[in-house]
Amino acid sequence: MKYTPHTDADRALMLERIGVKSVEDLFSGIPADIRVKGRLNLPEPLSEMEVLAELGRIAASNRSPVCFAGAGAYDHFSPAIVDTIVSRPEFYTAYTPYQAEVSQGTLQAIYEFQSLVCRLFDMDVANASMYDCASALAETTHLARDQTSRAKVLVSEGVHPHHIEVVRTYAHGLNIPLKPVPLDRDVTDVTELRRMLSDDVAAVIVQHPNFLGSIEPMAEISAAAHQADALLTVSVDPISLGVLAPPGAYDADIAVADGQSLGIPLSYGGPYLGLFAAKKRFIRRMPGRISAKTVDVDGNTGYVLALQTREQHIRRERATSNICTNQALVALAASVYLSVMGKEGIKAVACHCLAKARYLADRIAALPGFGIANQALFFKEFTVSTPVPARDIVAKGIEQDLLPGVDLGMFDNKWQNRLLVAVTEKRTKAEMDRLAEFLGGFGSQ
Amino acid sequence: MSQPEKSLFELSSPGRRAWSLPALDVPEVDPKQTFKDSARGDNHLPELSEVDIARHFARLSALNHHVDKGFYPLGSCTMKYNPKVNEKACRIQGLADIHPMLPRKAAQGALRIMYELAEFLKEIVGMDAVTLQPAAGAHGELTGIMMIRKYFEKRREDRLEVLVPDSAHGTNPASVTVSGFKSVQIKSNDKGEIDPAELDRACTDCVACLMVTNPNTLGIFEPEVKKICDIMHAKGSLVYLDGANLNAYTGIHRPGDAGFDCMHINLHKTFSTPHGGGGPGSGPVAVNRKLEPFLPRPVVRKDGDRYRLDFNRPDSIGRVLAFNGNFGVLVRAWTYIRMLGADGLRDAAEAAVLNANYVRAGLEGVFDLPYKERSLHEVVFSGSNLKKYGVKTLDVAKRLLDHGLHAPTVYFPLIVPEALMIEPTETESIESCDAFVQAMKSIAEEAATDPDALRAAPRKTPVRRLDEARASRELDVRYPLTEDAVGDTEA
Repeated sequence: MKYTPHTDADRALMLERIGVKSVEDLFSGIPADIRVKGRLNLPEPLSEMEVLAELGRIAASNRSPVCFAGAGAYDHFSPAIVDTIVSRPEFYTAYTPYQAEVSQGTLQAIYEFQSLVCRLFDMDVANASMYDCASALAETTHLARDQTSRAKVLVSEGVHPHHIEVVRTYAHGLNIPLKPVPLDRDVTDVTELRRMLSDDVAAVIVQHPNFLGSIEPMAEISAAAHQADALLTVSVDPISLGVLAPPGAYDADIAVADGQSLGIPLSYGGPYLGLFAAKKRFIRRMPGRISAKTVDVDGNTGYVLALQTREQHIRRERATSNICTNQALVALAASVYLSVMGKEGIKAVACHCLAKARYLADRIAALPGFGIANQALFFKEFTVSTPVPARDIVAKGIEQDLLPGVDLGMFDNKWQNRLLVAVTEKRTKAEMDRLAEFLGGFGSQ
Repeated sequence: MSQPEKSLFELSSPGRRAWSLPALDVPEVDPKQTFKDSARGDNHLPELSEVDIARHFARLSALNHHVDKGFYPLGSCTMKYNPKVNEKACRIQGLADIHPMLPRKAAQGALRIMYELAEFLKEIVGMDAVTLQPAAGAHGELTGIMMIRKYFEKRREDRLEVLVPDSAHGTNPASVTVSGFKSVQIKSNDKGEIDPAELDRACTDCVACLMVTNPNTLGIFEPEVKKICDIMHAKGSLVYLDGANLNAYTGIHRPGDAGFDCMHINLHKTFSTPHGGGGPGSGPVAVNRKLEPFLPRPVVRKDGDRYRLDFNRPDSIGRVLAFNGNFGVLVRAWTYIRMLGADGLRDAAEAAVLNANYVRAGLEGVFDLPYKERSLHEVVFSGSNLKKYGVKTLDVAKRLLDHGLHAPTVYFPLIVPEALMIEPTETESIESCDAFVQAMKSIAEEAATDPDALRAAPRKTPVRRLDEARASRELDVRYPLTEDAVGDTEA
């Protein structure tokens, strides 16, 4: 298959007008000794029919079990209209709105996305999106350093280990020392945090609810950070904000989240999107694109990319970030999702998650050999202590078309017998009963 | 002009809803009782019907120019046609609905796609190993430069500078800074190329690497590319390739054969995955053996006929993204490569170069062509010749919008005054190239006869020129909460 439209006659005419004999002549600038001799070694081309059949076969070798896994990627329901809107070529075949006059659709959609994120988070300003939550979190560190002129960043051990790893990767490049704040049982140790806070700490990073599912004492953490004049950076689950107080309520300075929960398919890990919001005074140091409302020469309302002087294509080596392309189409999907759910729907989804997680946790807690490891409250995800290694439970579950959760032993040896279980509004009582029954089989061994 | 589209918040009406959920089949839990002080108050999200939402976004979409509507010669961005089968491919059940932490036994198909795509890319660019994790080109650059930093740390060599030509994309120096290096600019010669003698002088023992874009941002293949790599290697430095322009030579040249150590590949450029209004993209990084140990963790391996993720990589720079890269974009690129095969990829490069040269031939003499070396997939003209009429490149770009065409990239590369960077891409026909050339010619004529018309352009677009200074000054970046809105934490 080819998507090039040129006929032999077109090609001949074009070459004649260019004034060369063959297409080969156009490549005369490439030295002969670094040209490909012969053909690339790639599989023979397929027709559309064949490629879909082949992909169907490959996809069939994946399993799609009933999903109780979370750990930063959740099996929420996505209303049909979300995919319908992002499938419009007007959105998905356009690019970054460099010519604002013919990109008002994208620019207004970004402005609305920023507005929705600000409302959901109760924060002042938000950008057009980042790659994912982890990279968004990583980019908060240099904002904090530059804003406070302090060197160090404290990271709670309740943050998703993958996110910590990405923060560490970036921090190494940025020469920002990171110090882990330990957990006291299953939440950030605030006493220890207070001890660690000093006048060289730029920011404290906390995840809420944290990786183990627990609700963090945000008010205390916020007070501790601010008392030491450090910034508070929080990573949240956007669905949780249907029932939990938003970052603005506990005076967070920077708030990030993974937008995947907002109608984005699991898709084996991406594309997702990072939500990024902050207090207004940080806007000139924010990474990423920002759409702003303005007027045209006739006084009509319109939207443009604002503060481009922060960005790499203008500021080059002095830019606030190297980010260029972000996740615009995924941000659009999240906007559609939030428009659909609206004020009441987001609350309802969160209430369903909360009630179902509670139901499943109660069932599991009653199983011999099992327990709920969270001492703190949880929202839609919780940690189960298991009588056998969680790895074995996951492996056995797959055979029965169940993904019982995420084996925490993958992250830390001390967690071999810990299973992280997530419950979304999609899980039915019947599925949860089935999981409880399945787990029950291990306790009686 | 037409009425502006109201925002979601203006369209909102209390009591409207577009959502539905099954009846709760477990006992209800009251969040206010559960979370008390930590419970949510009002969230101020809008309330809309599904019809409201469908029409709002349909109306917004109509305000966009896009590839399916028409010519989009945005240089360096490669706005080629996005095959529809790719969109179907990434939505297949078993690919779209699988969790990233699925145990490997249950994810063999996904791992196979990733493994095969990495193999295809290795073959196409002539490198030894590939990571698919970076989410965009700039993210790939950052990943590559961080790997280079780790390489020198491992060797205990204190090299803190990266050489970046003055014609480079802005992401290059920005990625250098974010990686903890110092960006040192080197001047191009009068042909817009890297001068090996100048490079030899600039490359001290403080230099970790050189970042090269090839063909460069003028669309010109660096003739001394092999020598450039040799000079750097002789001094113990590495050479990074910005692979944004890979679409100029797929199947014709492989960067690995010229001696590059590391490059990123923009799947949303060369491999036709859609740009999405600014993402999601995907920026795999290909490296040779020297840098292989430093790839982000994990990498996909194949043992016999089984696929797995290899986490045991002690020298890895670590993760750059939470999970497995933009998998949905990887599926699209895999599909594209499987459909085109070796001959199709070569044909795409040939057609891209043919179109760029055809447009160049049509516009020579109409606009200035400051660098006259052979063009590959794009050509950079200058609007300087219209200055005598008081017309700028920006005016030309805006007038093109009135013709129903997208403008080229303007004012980049920085080494060309009043730059117009034109990349037609291979999927445009002779007719659409002709229409563009015709429009550009008529604009050039108009500059002489009616320059005010250009300065007042565009007139036929949904809005006209927008006040960017005001936007950055007033910073209206979110729809305000209405005055009667209650406080957010109110219980």
